[in-house]
Amino acid sequence: MSAVAILKLAEPPARAEPEPVKTAAVATERSVTVERSEQAVTPPVREGLGEGGREMLRRIIPPVFGIVLMIGIWALVAIKSGNIPGPGKTWAAARVLFADPFYQNGPNDQGIGWNVLSSLQRVGIGFGFAALVGIPMGFLLGRFAFMNRMFDPIISLLRPVSPLAWLPIGLLVFQKADPAATWTIFICSIWPMILNTAQGVQRVPQDYLNVARVLGLSEVKVITKILFPAVLPYMLTGIRLSIGTAWLVIVAAEMLTGGVGIGFWVWDEWNNLKVEHIVIAIFVIGIVGLALEYMLLTLAKRFSYEAR
Amino acid sequence: MRKPIVKIENVGQTFNTKSGKFTALRDISLDIRPREVVSLIGHSGCGKSTLLNLIAGLSLPTSGVLLCDSREIAGPGPERAVVFQNHSLLPWMTCFQNVMLAVERVFGRQEGMPKLNARVAAALDMVHMDHAMHKYPHEISGGMKQRVGIARAFAMEPKILLMDEPFGALDALTRAALQDELNGVMAKTGATVVMVTHDVDEAVLLSDRIVMMTNGPAATIGEIVEVKLDRPRDRLELAQDPRFAGYRAVVFEFLYRKQLKKAA
Ligand SMILES: Nc1ncnc2c1ncn2[C@@H]1O[C@H](COP(=O)(O)OP(=O)(O)OP(=O)(O)O)[C@@H](O)[C@H]1O
Ligand SMILES: [Mg+2]
Repeated sequence: MSAVAILKLAEPPARAEPEPVKTAAVATERSVTVERSEQAVTPPVREGLGEGGREMLRRIIPPVFGIVLMIGIWALVAIKSGNIPGPGKTWAAARVLFADPFYQNGPNDQGIGWNVLSSLQRVGIGFGFAALVGIPMGFLLGRFAFMNRMFDPIISLLRPVSPLAWLPIGLLVFQKADPAATWTIFICSIWPMILNTAQGVQRVPQDYLNVARVLGLSEVKVITKILFPAVLPYMLTGIRLSIGTAWLVIVAAEMLTGGVGIGFWVWDEWNNLKVEHIVIAIFVIGIVGLALEYMLLTLAKRFSYEAR
Repeated sequence: MRKPIVKIENVGQTFNTKSGKFTALRDISLDIRPREVVSLIGHSGCGKSTLLNLIAGLSLPTSGVLLCDSREIAGPGPERAVVFQNHSLLPWMTCFQNVMLAVERVFGRQEGMPKLNARVAAALDMVHMDHAMHKYPHEISGGMKQRVGIARAFAMEPKILLMDEPFGALDALTRAALQDELNGVMAKTGATVVMVTHDVDEAVLLSDRIVMMTNGPAATIGEIVEVKLDRPRDRLELAQDPRFAGYRAVVFEFLYRKQLKKAA
């Protein structure tokens, strides 16, 4: 949704303006630089070489340079290959596409907005269930060594398995494509959640637990006032990793299951041979992933207490 | 003679380590009287914290028995408050909330919110931390954290206050200010205090008795000095007092002649 908003904002000015969109897409791997480049996109154009303007420029120039380079290479490859759409053609297609992202012509022909939203919904549901199961589970594994040893072989064995391998099981159990896709999201989200929560619980400093013992706090108070806040940063790390993989996996899962969703859309456009739409989808997926990451980072920062 | 509030009888503590059994303490016997201030002093690693943890009930002895009010100490409890060596404030709570956690636990059942709030405020006021009540631990200095830790312990109105090097990590000036504050607070509340320290002057200034421990392993009580200086004690006056110098000398004599630390 926010991706749509960003794209809409970027739409009116014509030629050389696709930058903001792509800035974000490029920086996906390095989440920290993201905030800076996003904040910094507009000001220098207005300010020119003011006081802080120079500092701004120093921050802006490298990413802008990177984007220009990327677009250049892209254009070059497009010219050489002939069947990959260049930036111009893609931009034109994007303008058409985003003129009406929420149209609905029957179940198999819906706007890109709907596709993104239904992918997000699947991720949300699968991920929500994973949190519901994984976080309490992580607390148990972290608190009781017996549980930890009991589940260790199971988790070690299952974690490296691609969640897509679980898709047929999901289809078998749920008899429908949609919950099966959600099921793969559940599977891929749950491991980081369990492991990070458990690690957080194990790392609660003994000092804090001693405080609890001296005060004689009830088990409920220990959990709410000491364990939970101490573990929260680890939990948020787990959540962030989960969401990241979930967003990776959903595209693949939807390609296999069909229905409405960004992954399915990519596959559909491939069948229609609209390659420029696939390129647009790549950007959209990147931007949504980036937005999710950014949201969770902001959340994590809000809940992190300074180290002692 | 007053009946002891804490009785330590033939206590020994052995740890299981990778390289076998390690005897940290042996044959410790000590009676602590109500309203008394006792310091534990000794070279690093001799077992002062181990002994304090035993009194706190954070660990149990491998031999012997500890009694508090004639009952065996089987675990920690709020009547024996602890000021930890590293303050141990919870970083996600403000100073106020940190103290409130303790106050609520001890008085929450019989008192309403306004009274609890007043208790917390009074405790923070006592250590002159009322101005920073709503700050988080990472927003205040080391000495301030230590003071909040002390406020938290005092606010519980414990029968016994156990302090593990409460001023260990502080500079000399802050340390002196806090010692004076503590002296005042102890006089006001009449708590029984057991305090671990490295600092000879601190021990003499604050204590009624100084328990000097031999070097580990298998440390035990070497000597006990009774400090018969009148209270309230003023550090400036005491600096001139020959008796103060005398007590210092006794402790130094024990630590640096009789228990000279072998080069580690
Ligand atoms: N849990 C434990 N397991 C094994 N050995 C321990 C344990 N706790 C303490 N010891 C050992 O017992 C001895 C006494 O430790 P303790 O922490 O009581 O010393 P201390 O007198 O408080 O020293 P310091 O003044 O440096 O704080 C040390 O040799 C220490 O290594
Ligand atoms: Mg110690």
